[in-house]
Amino acid sequence: MKNILAIAAKDIHSQFVSPIAYVVLTGFLLLGGWFFFHLLARFSFLLQLYLSFRNPDAMQRLNLNEFVIAPLLHNLSVVLVILVPVITMRSFAEEKRSGTYELLMTSPLTITQIVLGKFLGAFVFVLVMVLLTGVYPLILVLYGNPEPGVILAGLLALLLLATAFVSVGLLTSSFTENQIIAAVTCLVTLLLLYVISWPAETAGATLGAMLKYVSLTEHFGEMVKGVIDTRDLVYFLSITILALFLTQRSVESLRWR
Amino acid sequence: MIEVRNLTKRYGDLVAVDRVSFTAKKGEIVGFLGPNGAGKTTTMRIITGFLPATTGTVTVEDFDIFDDAHEVRKRIGYLPENPPLYADMTVTSYLEFVGRIKDVPRAALPDAVDRAVQRCGLTEVRRRVLGHLSKGFRQRVGLAQALIHEPDVLILDEPTIGLDPRQIREIRSLIKELAGQRTVILSTHILQEVVQICQKVVIINEGRVVVEDTIENLTREMSLEEVFMRAIGGAPGAEEAVA
Repeated sequence: MKNILAIAAKDIHSQFVSPIAYVVLTGFLLLGGWFFFHLLARFSFLLQLYLSFRNPDAMQRLNLNEFVIAPLLHNLSVVLVILVPVITMRSFAEEKRSGTYELLMTSPLTITQIVLGKFLGAFVFVLVMVLLTGVYPLILVLYGNPEPGVILAGLLALLLLATAFVSVGLLTSSFTENQIIAAVTCLVTLLLLYVISWPAETAGATLGAMLKYVSLTEHFGEMVKGVIDTRDLVYFLSITILALFLTQRSVESLRWR
Repeated sequence: MIEVRNLTKRYGDLVAVDRVSFTAKKGEIVGFLGPNGAGKTTTMRIITGFLPATTGTVTVEDFDIFDDAHEVRKRIGYLPENPPLYADMTVTSYLEFVGRIKDVPRAALPDAVDRAVQRCGLTEVRRRVLGHLSKGFRQRVGLAQALIHEPDVLILDEPTIGLDPRQIREIRSLIKELAGQRTVILSTHILQEVVQICQKVVIINEGRVVVEDTIENLTREMSLEEVFMRAIGGAPGAEEAVA
Protein backbone atom coordinates (compact mmCIF):
# COMPACT_ATOMS: atom_id res chain seq x y z
CA MET A 1 0.00 0.00 0.00
CA LYS A 2 2.83 2.36 0.93
CA ASN A 3 4.40 1.78 -2.46
CA ILE A 4 1.13 2.36 -4.30
CA LEU A 5 0.71 5.67 -2.50
CA ALA A 6 4.31 6.67 -3.27
CA ILE A 7 3.75 6.17 -6.99
CA ALA A 8 0.34 7.87 -6.93
CA ALA A 9 1.74 10.87 -5.03
CA LYS A 10 4.61 11.19 -7.48
CA ASP A 11 2.24 11.15 -10.45
CA ILE A 12 -0.13 13.68 -8.91
CA HIS A 13 2.80 15.92 -8.08
CA SER A 14 4.12 15.78 -11.63
CA GLN A 15 0.66 16.55 -13.05
CA PHE A 16 0.34 19.67 -10.93
CA VAL A 17 3.85 21.04 -11.41
CA SER A 18 3.49 20.74 -15.17
CA PRO A 19 1.02 22.99 -16.98
CA ILE A 20 -0.99 19.98 -18.19
CA ALA A 21 -3.21 19.80 -15.11
CA TYR A 22 -4.10 23.47 -15.28
CA VAL A 23 -4.70 23.49 -19.02
CA VAL A 24 -6.96 20.43 -18.77
CA LEU A 25 -8.89 21.73 -15.75
CA THR A 26 -9.33 25.19 -17.24
CA GLY A 27 -10.50 23.79 -20.55
CA PHE A 28 -12.89 21.42 -18.85
CA LEU A 29 -14.45 24.10 -16.65
CA LEU A 30 -14.56 26.63 -19.47
CA LEU A 31 -16.51 24.25 -21.70
CA GLY A 32 -18.65 23.18 -18.76
CA GLY A 33 -19.45 26.80 -17.99
CA TRP A 34 -20.38 27.47 -21.59
CA PHE A 35 -22.72 24.44 -21.74
CA PHE A 36 -24.24 25.43 -18.41
CA PHE A 37 -24.85 28.99 -19.57
CA HIS A 38 -26.45 27.81 -22.79
CA LEU A 39 -28.67 25.20 -21.11
CA LEU A 40 -29.78 27.59 -18.42
CA ALA A 41 -30.57 30.30 -20.97
CA ARG A 42 -32.60 27.80 -22.98
CA PHE A 43 -34.40 26.63 -19.87
CA SER A 44 -35.34 30.17 -18.95
CA PHE A 45 -36.51 30.81 -22.53
CA LEU A 46 -38.73 27.68 -22.46
CA LEU A 47 -40.07 28.72 -19.09
CA GLN A 48 -41.14 32.10 -20.44
CA LEU A 49 -42.66 30.45 -23.49
CA TYR A 50 -44.66 27.88 -21.52
CA LEU A 51 -45.80 30.53 -19.08
CA SER A 52 -47.24 32.52 -21.95
CA PHE A 53 -49.10 29.38 -23.14
CA ARG A 54 -50.63 29.01 -19.70
CA ASN A 55 -50.25 25.25 -20.10
CA PRO A 56 -49.90 23.59 -16.65
CA ASP A 57 -49.05 20.15 -18.15
CA ALA A 58 -46.03 21.47 -20.02
CA MET A 59 -44.96 23.41 -16.95
CA GLN A 60 -45.05 20.19 -14.96
CA ARG A 61 -42.65 18.52 -17.33
CA LEU A 62 -40.17 21.36 -17.32
CA ASN A 63 -37.67 20.73 -14.55
CA LEU A 64 -34.03 21.65 -13.92
CA ASN A 65 -32.81 18.08 -13.62
CA GLU A 66 -34.04 16.98 -16.98
CA PHE A 67 -33.48 20.16 -18.94
CA VAL A 68 -30.23 21.48 -17.49
CA ILE A 69 -28.30 18.97 -15.43
CA ALA A 70 -28.80 15.82 -17.51
CA PRO A 71 -27.78 17.43 -20.83
CA LEU A 72 -24.88 19.18 -19.08
CA LEU A 73 -23.56 15.85 -17.82
CA HIS A 74 -23.97 14.31 -21.26
CA ASN A 75 -21.97 17.13 -22.79
CA LEU A 76 -19.28 16.84 -20.13
CA SER A 77 -19.00 13.10 -20.75
CA VAL A 78 -18.09 13.87 -24.36
CA VAL A 79 -15.48 16.36 -23.19
CA LEU A 80 -14.06 13.65 -20.94
CA VAL A 81 -13.67 11.35 -23.93
CA ILE A 82 -11.24 13.91 -25.30
CA LEU A 83 -9.52 15.06 -22.11
CA VAL A 84 -8.96 11.81 -20.22
CA PRO A 85 -6.58 10.45 -22.89
CA VAL A 86 -4.53 13.61 -22.41
CA ILE A 87 -4.30 12.98 -18.68
CA THR A 88 -3.36 9.31 -18.94
CA MET A 89 -1.15 9.35 -22.03
CA ARG A 90 1.94 10.11 -19.97
CA SER A 91 1.50 7.49 -17.28
CA PHE A 92 3.54 4.64 -18.78
CA ALA A 93 4.68 6.13 -22.07
CA GLU A 94 6.63 8.94 -20.43
CA GLU A 95 8.32 6.59 -17.96
CA LYS A 96 9.46 4.42 -20.84
CA ARG A 97 10.70 7.32 -22.91
CA SER A 98 12.65 8.99 -20.12
CA GLY A 99 14.20 5.76 -18.83
CA THR A 100 12.56 5.95 -15.40
CA TYR A 101 10.70 2.77 -16.30
CA GLU A 102 13.97 0.98 -15.58
CA LEU A 103 13.94 2.39 -12.06
CA LEU A 104 10.36 1.26 -11.42
CA MET A 105 10.85 -2.17 -12.92
CA THR A 106 14.08 -2.87 -11.01
CA SER A 107 12.67 -1.71 -7.67
CA PRO A 108 11.14 -4.17 -5.22
CA LEU A 109 7.62 -3.40 -6.48
CA THR A 110 5.06 -5.77 -7.87
CA ILE A 111 3.53 -4.93 -11.23
CA THR A 112 0.16 -4.69 -9.52
CA GLN A 113 1.52 -2.02 -7.20
CA ILE A 114 2.86 -0.02 -10.14
CA VAL A 115 -0.42 -0.25 -12.05
CA LEU A 116 -2.56 0.58 -9.00
CA GLY A 117 -0.30 3.51 -8.11
CA LYS A 118 -0.63 4.91 -11.61
CA PHE A 119 -4.37 4.32 -11.52
CA LEU A 120 -4.82 6.03 -8.17
CA GLY A 121 -2.82 9.05 -9.34
CA ALA A 122 -4.97 9.53 -12.44
CA PHE A 123 -8.15 8.75 -10.50
CA VAL A 124 -7.48 11.54 -8.01
CA PHE A 125 -7.13 13.92 -10.92
CA VAL A 126 -10.48 13.00 -12.50
CA LEU A 127 -12.05 13.07 -9.04
CA VAL A 128 -10.95 16.70 -8.75
CA MET A 129 -12.40 17.36 -12.21
CA VAL A 130 -15.78 15.81 -11.39
CA LEU A 131 -15.98 17.55 -8.00
CA LEU A 132 -15.28 20.89 -9.67
CA THR A 133 -18.17 20.35 -12.08
CA GLY A 134 -20.34 20.09 -8.95
CA VAL A 135 -20.28 23.88 -8.92
CA TYR A 136 -22.90 24.09 -11.70
CA PRO A 137 -25.60 22.01 -9.95
CA LEU A 138 -24.68 23.83 -6.75
CA ILE A 139 -25.66 27.13 -8.36
CA LEU A 140 -29.00 25.55 -9.29
CA VAL A 141 -29.54 24.28 -5.75
CA LEU A 142 -28.88 27.76 -4.41
CA TYR A 143 -31.26 29.54 -6.79
CA GLY A 144 -33.71 26.83 -7.79
CA ASN A 145 -35.16 23.55 -6.63
CA PRO A 146 -33.62 20.62 -8.52
CA GLU A 147 -33.69 17.17 -6.92
CA PRO A 148 -30.39 16.64 -5.09
CA GLY A 149 -30.58 12.84 -5.30
CA VAL A 150 -30.68 12.90 -9.08
CA ILE A 151 -27.77 15.34 -9.16
CA LEU A 152 -25.66 13.09 -6.96
CA ALA A 153 -26.50 10.05 -9.09
CA GLY A 154 -25.47 12.04 -12.16
CA LEU A 155 -22.16 13.12 -10.64
CA LEU A 156 -21.51 9.54 -9.55
CA ALA A 157 -22.19 8.43 -13.12
CA LEU A 158 -19.70 11.01 -14.41
CA LEU A 159 -17.10 9.84 -11.92
CA LEU A 160 -17.60 6.16 -12.78
CA LEU A 161 -17.40 7.01 -16.45
CA ALA A 162 -14.18 8.98 -15.94
CA THR A 163 -12.71 6.14 -13.86
CA ALA A 164 -13.41 3.62 -16.62
CA PHE A 165 -11.84 6.05 -19.12
CA VAL A 166 -8.75 6.36 -16.95
CA SER A 167 -8.25 2.59 -16.91
CA VAL A 168 -8.54 2.40 -20.68
CA GLY A 169 -6.05 5.29 -20.88
CA LEU A 170 -3.56 3.45 -18.68
CA LEU A 171 -3.91 0.38 -20.87
CA THR A 172 -3.16 2.23 -24.11
CA SER A 173 -0.31 4.11 -22.44
CA SER A 174 1.26 0.82 -21.37
CA PHE A 175 1.47 -0.33 -24.99
CA THR A 176 3.85 2.34 -26.23
CA GLU A 177 6.50 4.87 -25.34
CA ASN A 178 4.91 7.47 -27.60
CA GLN A 179 2.42 9.69 -25.81
CA ILE A 180 0.61 10.69 -29.00
CA ILE A 181 -0.01 7.08 -29.94
CA ALA A 182 -1.21 6.38 -26.39
CA ALA A 183 -3.62 9.32 -26.47
CA VAL A 184 -5.01 8.63 -29.93
CA THR A 185 -5.51 4.91 -29.26
CA CYS A 186 -7.34 5.76 -26.05
CA LEU A 187 -9.48 8.41 -27.75
CA VAL A 188 -10.49 6.03 -30.52
CA THR A 189 -11.30 3.25 -28.06
CA LEU A 190 -13.43 5.53 -25.91
CA LEU A 191 -15.25 7.00 -28.90
CA LEU A 192 -15.93 3.52 -30.15
CA LEU A 193 -17.39 2.52 -26.79
CA TYR A 194 -19.44 5.69 -27.00
CA VAL A 195 -21.00 5.09 -30.40
CA ILE A 196 -21.00 1.31 -30.46
CA SER A 197 -24.76 1.11 -29.86
CA TRP A 198 -25.63 3.28 -32.87
CA PRO A 199 -26.31 0.37 -35.23
CA ALA A 200 -28.24 -1.45 -32.46
CA GLU A 201 -31.62 -0.70 -34.04
CA THR A 202 -30.73 -2.17 -37.40
CA ALA A 203 -28.64 -5.08 -36.13
CA GLY A 204 -30.48 -8.28 -35.17
CA ALA A 205 -32.17 -8.63 -31.79
CA THR A 206 -29.31 -10.48 -30.08
CA LEU A 207 -26.51 -8.42 -31.58
CA GLY A 208 -28.46 -5.24 -30.96
CA ALA A 209 -28.88 -6.08 -27.30
CA MET A 210 -25.19 -6.89 -27.02
CA LEU A 211 -24.14 -3.64 -28.66
CA LYS A 212 -26.41 -1.76 -26.31
CA TYR A 213 -24.98 -3.56 -23.34
CA VAL A 214 -21.36 -2.66 -24.12
CA SER A 215 -22.22 0.92 -24.95
CA LEU A 216 -21.18 3.55 -22.43
CA THR A 217 -23.95 5.92 -23.43
CA GLU A 218 -26.75 3.53 -22.52
CA HIS A 219 -25.49 2.92 -18.98
CA PHE A 220 -24.47 6.50 -18.45
CA GLY A 221 -27.86 7.79 -19.64
CA GLU A 222 -29.72 5.61 -17.17
CA MET A 223 -27.69 6.81 -14.20
CA VAL A 224 -27.95 10.45 -15.21
CA LYS A 225 -31.73 10.09 -15.05
CA GLY A 226 -31.23 9.26 -11.39
CA VAL A 227 -31.66 5.51 -11.61
CA ILE A 228 -28.79 3.75 -9.83
CA ASP A 229 -29.09 0.22 -11.13
CA THR A 230 -26.59 -2.47 -10.10
CA ARG A 231 -26.31 -3.44 -13.75
CA ASP A 232 -24.86 -0.05 -14.61
CA LEU A 233 -22.53 -0.07 -11.63
CA VAL A 234 -21.36 -3.56 -12.59
CA TYR A 235 -20.80 -2.37 -16.16
CA PHE A 236 -18.55 0.55 -15.21
CA LEU A 237 -16.64 -1.47 -12.64
CA SER A 238 -16.15 -4.33 -15.13
CA ILE A 239 -14.69 -1.98 -17.72
CA THR A 240 -12.37 -0.49 -15.09
CA ILE A 241 -11.23 -3.82 -13.69
CA LEU A 242 -10.84 -5.45 -17.09
CA ALA A 243 -8.73 -2.57 -18.41
CA LEU A 244 -6.57 -2.55 -15.27
CA PHE A 245 -6.10 -6.30 -15.48
CA LEU A 246 -5.00 -6.02 -19.12
CA THR A 247 -2.66 -3.18 -18.16
CA GLN A 248 -1.10 -5.37 -15.52
CA ARG A 249 -0.58 -8.13 -18.11
CA SER A 250 0.79 -5.69 -20.65
CA VAL A 251 3.33 -4.26 -18.20
CA GLU A 252 4.28 -7.69 -16.95
CA SER A 253 4.85 -8.94 -20.48
CA LEU A 254 8.18 -7.08 -20.41
CA ARG A 255 9.32 -9.61 -17.86
CA TRP A 256 8.76 -12.61 -20.07
CA ARG A 257 9.32 -11.23 -23.55
CA MET B 1 28.17 -11.84 -4.58
CA ILE B 2 26.93 -12.26 -8.11
CA GLU B 3 27.07 -15.47 -10.07
CA VAL B 4 26.21 -15.45 -13.75
CA ARG B 5 25.89 -18.89 -15.35
CA ASN B 6 25.48 -19.54 -19.09
CA LEU B 7 23.38 -16.48 -19.61
CA THR B 8 21.89 -16.20 -23.10
CA LYS B 9 19.61 -13.54 -24.50
CA ARG B 10 18.14 -13.86 -27.97
CA TYR B 11 16.07 -11.33 -29.87
CA GLY B 12 14.61 -13.47 -32.63
CA ASP B 13 17.67 -14.63 -34.56
CA LEU B 14 20.00 -12.11 -33.01
CA VAL B 15 22.01 -13.43 -30.08
CA ALA B 16 22.78 -10.42 -27.91
CA VAL B 17 24.33 -12.36 -25.04
CA ASP B 18 25.79 -15.79 -25.64
CA ARG B 19 26.40 -18.20 -22.73
CA VAL B 20 27.98 -15.58 -20.51
CA SER B 21 29.38 -16.78 -17.18
CA PHE B 22 31.35 -14.91 -14.56
CA THR B 23 31.34 -14.26 -10.83
CA ALA B 24 31.83 -11.19 -8.70
CA LYS B 25 32.72 -11.77 -5.05
CA LYS B 26 31.75 -9.68 -2.07
CA GLY B 27 33.89 -6.56 -1.76
CA GLU B 28 35.08 -6.86 -5.33
CA ILE B 29 34.82 -4.17 -7.99
CA VAL B 30 34.49 -5.83 -11.37
CA GLY B 31 35.15 -3.86 -14.53
CA PHE B 32 32.86 -4.91 -17.35
CA LEU B 33 34.46 -4.07 -20.67
CA GLY B 34 33.64 -4.52 -24.30
CA PRO B 35 33.06 -2.61 -27.50
CA ASN B 36 29.75 -0.87 -28.05
CA GLY B 37 27.02 -3.37 -28.79
CA ALA B 38 28.89 -6.24 -27.18
CA GLY B 39 26.02 -6.97 -24.79
CA LYS B 40 27.18 -5.17 -21.64
CA THR B 41 23.98 -3.22 -21.07
CA THR B 42 21.83 -6.24 -21.90
CA THR B 43 23.72 -8.38 -19.39
CA MET B 44 23.38 -5.72 -16.71
CA ARG B 45 19.68 -5.32 -17.43
CA ILE B 46 19.22 -9.06 -16.98
CA ILE B 47 21.12 -9.08 -13.68
CA THR B 48 18.93 -6.25 -12.36
CA GLY B 49 15.80 -8.07 -13.46
CA PHE B 50 14.74 -5.46 -15.99
CA LEU B 51 14.96 -7.93 -18.86
CA PRO B 52 14.36 -11.67 -18.72
CA ALA B 53 17.09 -14.01 -19.96
CA THR B 54 16.37 -16.54 -22.68
CA THR B 55 18.35 -19.23 -20.83
CA GLY B 56 20.87 -19.38 -18.03
CA THR B 57 20.78 -18.31 -14.40
CA VAL B 58 21.96 -15.44 -12.27
CA THR B 59 22.13 -15.47 -8.49
CA VAL B 60 22.61 -12.34 -6.41
CA GLU B 61 23.52 -12.92 -2.76
CA ASP B 62 22.35 -16.52 -3.30
CA PHE B 63 18.91 -15.44 -4.52
CA ASP B 64 17.92 -16.51 -8.00
CA ILE B 65 16.85 -13.55 -10.14
CA PHE B 66 13.92 -15.49 -11.58
CA ASP B 67 12.60 -17.32 -8.53
CA ASP B 68 13.32 -14.64 -5.94
CA ALA B 69 13.18 -11.54 -8.10
CA HIS B 70 11.74 -9.50 -5.27
CA GLU B 71 14.58 -10.35 -2.87
CA VAL B 72 17.15 -9.61 -5.55
CA ARG B 73 15.63 -6.22 -6.33
CA LYS B 74 15.81 -5.24 -2.68
CA ARG B 75 19.54 -5.89 -2.69
CA ILE B 76 20.54 -4.25 -5.95
CA GLY B 77 21.34 -0.63 -6.61
CA TYR B 78 21.29 0.10 -10.31
CA LEU B 79 22.46 3.08 -12.29
CA PRO B 80 21.30 2.62 -15.89
CA GLU B 81 23.12 4.18 -18.82
CA ASN B 82 20.79 7.19 -18.66
CA PRO B 83 20.12 8.14 -15.05
CA PRO B 84 16.39 7.47 -14.45
CA LEU B 85 15.41 10.96 -13.32
CA TYR B 86 12.03 12.69 -13.19
CA ALA B 87 12.75 16.11 -14.64
CA ASP B 88 10.10 17.89 -12.56
CA MET B 89 11.20 16.68 -9.12
CA THR B 90 13.73 18.23 -6.79
CA VAL B 91 16.80 16.23 -5.75
CA THR B 92 15.48 15.51 -2.26
CA SER B 93 11.91 14.71 -3.27
CA TYR B 94 13.26 12.37 -5.94
CA LEU B 95 15.53 10.57 -3.49
CA GLU B 96 12.66 10.30 -1.01
CA PHE B 97 10.49 8.76 -3.70
CA VAL B 98 13.18 6.25 -4.66
CA GLY B 99 13.73 5.45 -0.97
CA ARG B 100 10.04 4.72 -0.54
CA ILE B 101 9.76 2.39 -3.49
CA LYS B 102 13.00 0.65 -2.43
CA ASP B 103 11.42 -0.23 0.92
CA VAL B 104 13.48 2.09 3.11
CA PRO B 105 11.50 2.33 6.39
CA ARG B 106 9.77 5.68 6.75
CA ALA B 107 11.60 6.56 9.96
CA ALA B 108 14.97 5.95 8.35
CA LEU B 109 14.17 7.83 5.15
CA PRO B 110 15.36 11.37 6.05
CA ASP B 111 18.71 10.00 7.22
CA ALA B 112 19.06 7.84 4.13
CA VAL B 113 18.40 10.85 1.90
CA ASP B 114 20.86 13.03 3.82
CA ARG B 115 23.53 10.38 3.62
CA ALA B 116 23.08 9.86 -0.12
CA VAL B 117 23.09 13.63 -0.71
CA GLN B 118 26.26 14.06 1.28
CA ARG B 119 28.11 11.10 -0.19
CA CYS B 120 27.42 12.13 -3.76
CA GLY B 121 28.20 15.79 -3.17
CA LEU B 122 24.70 17.06 -3.83
CA THR B 123 24.31 19.34 -0.81
CA GLU B 124 24.43 22.57 -2.81
CA VAL B 125 21.76 21.40 -5.28
CA ARG B 126 19.45 19.45 -2.98
CA ARG B 127 16.52 21.79 -3.56
CA ARG B 128 17.08 22.20 -7.28
CA VAL B 129 14.82 20.65 -9.89
CA LEU B 130 16.40 17.66 -11.66
CA GLY B 131 15.61 18.93 -15.15
CA HIS B 132 17.80 21.99 -14.54
CA LEU B 133 20.87 20.13 -13.34
CA SER B 134 24.09 19.78 -15.31
CA LYS B 135 25.13 16.42 -16.71
CA GLY B 136 27.60 15.89 -13.87
CA PHE B 137 25.02 16.48 -11.18
CA ARG B 138 22.46 14.32 -12.97
CA GLN B 139 24.95 11.47 -13.00
CA ARG B 140 25.60 11.95 -9.29
CA VAL B 141 21.88 11.97 -8.51
CA GLY B 142 21.68 8.73 -10.48
CA LEU B 143 24.38 7.28 -8.25
CA ALA B 144 22.69 8.61 -5.10
CA GLN B 145 19.50 6.91 -6.24
CA ALA B 146 21.33 3.58 -6.57
CA LEU B 147 22.74 3.90 -3.03
CA ILE B 148 19.73 5.12 -1.10
CA HIS B 149 18.71 1.72 0.27
CA GLU B 150 22.27 0.60 1.09
CA PRO B 151 22.25 -2.28 -1.39
CA ASP B 152 24.68 -5.18 -1.18
CA VAL B 153 25.23 -5.09 -4.91
CA LEU B 154 25.80 -2.12 -7.19
CA ILE B 155 25.38 -2.32 -10.95
CA LEU B 156 26.69 0.80 -12.63
CA ASP B 157 26.36 1.23 -16.38
CA GLU B 158 29.02 3.72 -17.47
CA PRO B 159 28.93 5.79 -14.29
CA THR B 160 31.54 8.35 -15.41
CA ILE B 161 30.27 9.02 -18.91
CA GLY B 162 29.91 12.69 -19.77
CA LEU B 163 31.70 13.95 -16.67
CA ASP B 164 34.60 16.37 -16.53
CA PRO B 165 37.98 15.09 -15.28
CA ARG B 166 37.47 16.41 -11.76
CA GLN B 167 34.03 14.84 -11.47
CA ILE B 168 35.39 11.57 -12.84
CA ARG B 169 37.98 11.51 -10.06
CA GLU B 170 35.32 12.21 -7.44
CA ILE B 171 33.01 9.50 -8.70
CA ARG B 172 35.85 7.00 -8.89
CA SER B 173 36.93 7.60 -5.34
CA LEU B 174 33.30 7.40 -4.28
CA ILE B 175 32.89 4.01 -5.96
CA LYS B 176 36.08 2.75 -4.33
CA GLU B 177 34.89 3.97 -0.97
CA LEU B 178 31.50 2.32 -1.46
CA ALA B 179 32.88 -1.05 -2.41
CA GLY B 180 34.00 -2.28 1.04
CA GLN B 181 31.38 -4.86 1.90
CA ARG B 182 29.55 -4.53 -1.40
CA THR B 183 29.87 -6.13 -4.77
CA VAL B 184 30.19 -3.68 -7.63
CA ILE B 185 29.96 -4.29 -11.36
CA LEU B 186 30.67 -1.30 -13.52
CA SER B 187 30.86 -1.00 -17.25
CA THR B 188 33.07 1.56 -18.89
CA HIS B 189 35.09 2.40 -21.97
CA ILE B 190 37.89 4.04 -20.00
CA LEU B 191 40.50 1.34 -19.44
CA GLN B 192 42.50 3.52 -17.10
CA GLU B 193 39.51 3.68 -14.84
CA VAL B 194 39.42 -0.08 -14.60
CA VAL B 195 43.10 -0.27 -13.71
CA GLN B 196 42.59 2.33 -11.01
CA ILE B 197 39.56 1.01 -9.21
CA CYS B 198 38.75 -2.55 -10.22
CA GLN B 199 40.20 -5.78 -8.89
CA LYS B 200 38.82 -7.89 -11.67
CA VAL B 201 38.05 -7.51 -15.36
CA VAL B 202 35.47 -9.22 -17.55
CA ILE B 203 35.77 -8.46 -21.25
CA ILE B 204 32.85 -9.31 -23.45
CA ASN B 205 32.81 -9.28 -27.23
CA GLU B 206 29.90 -10.08 -29.54
CA GLY B 207 27.94 -11.42 -26.60
CA ARG B 208 30.67 -13.79 -25.34
CA VAL B 209 33.03 -13.51 -22.41
CA VAL B 210 36.55 -13.46 -23.84
CA VAL B 211 38.52 -12.54 -20.73
CA GLU B 212 37.81 -13.02 -17.03
CA ASP B 213 40.75 -12.43 -14.73
CA THR B 214 42.22 -10.18 -12.06
CA ILE B 215 43.87 -6.91 -13.06
CA GLU B 216 47.10 -8.16 -11.54
CA ASN B 217 47.32 -11.23 -13.74
CA LEU B 218 46.26 -9.41 -16.86
CA THR B 219 48.62 -6.47 -16.62
CA ARG B 220 51.67 -8.49 -15.62
CA GLU B 221 53.04 -8.67 -19.16
CA MET B 222 51.18 -6.05 -21.13
CA SER B 223 48.92 -3.06 -20.68
CA LEU B 224 45.20 -3.52 -20.28
CA GLU B 225 44.75 -1.77 -23.59
CA GLU B 226 46.70 -4.49 -25.36
CA VAL B 227 44.78 -7.16 -23.51
CA PHE B 228 41.55 -5.51 -24.59
CA MET B 229 42.55 -5.16 -28.24
CA ARG B 230 43.67 -8.78 -28.43
CA ALA B 231 40.53 -9.96 -26.73
CA ILE B 232 38.24 -8.25 -29.16
CA GLY B 233 40.37 -9.27 -32.11
CA GLY B 234 41.52 -5.81 -33.15
CA ALA B 235 45.03 -4.94 -34.35
CA PRO B 236 47.35 -3.84 -31.51
CA GLY B 237 47.96 -0.55 -33.32
CA ALA B 238 44.34 0.56 -33.39
CA GLU B 239 44.13 1.93 -29.84
CA GLU B 240 42.42 5.14 -30.95
CA ALA B 241 39.28 3.20 -31.57
CA VAL B 242 38.84 2.41 -27.90
CA ALA B 243 40.49 5.38 -26.21
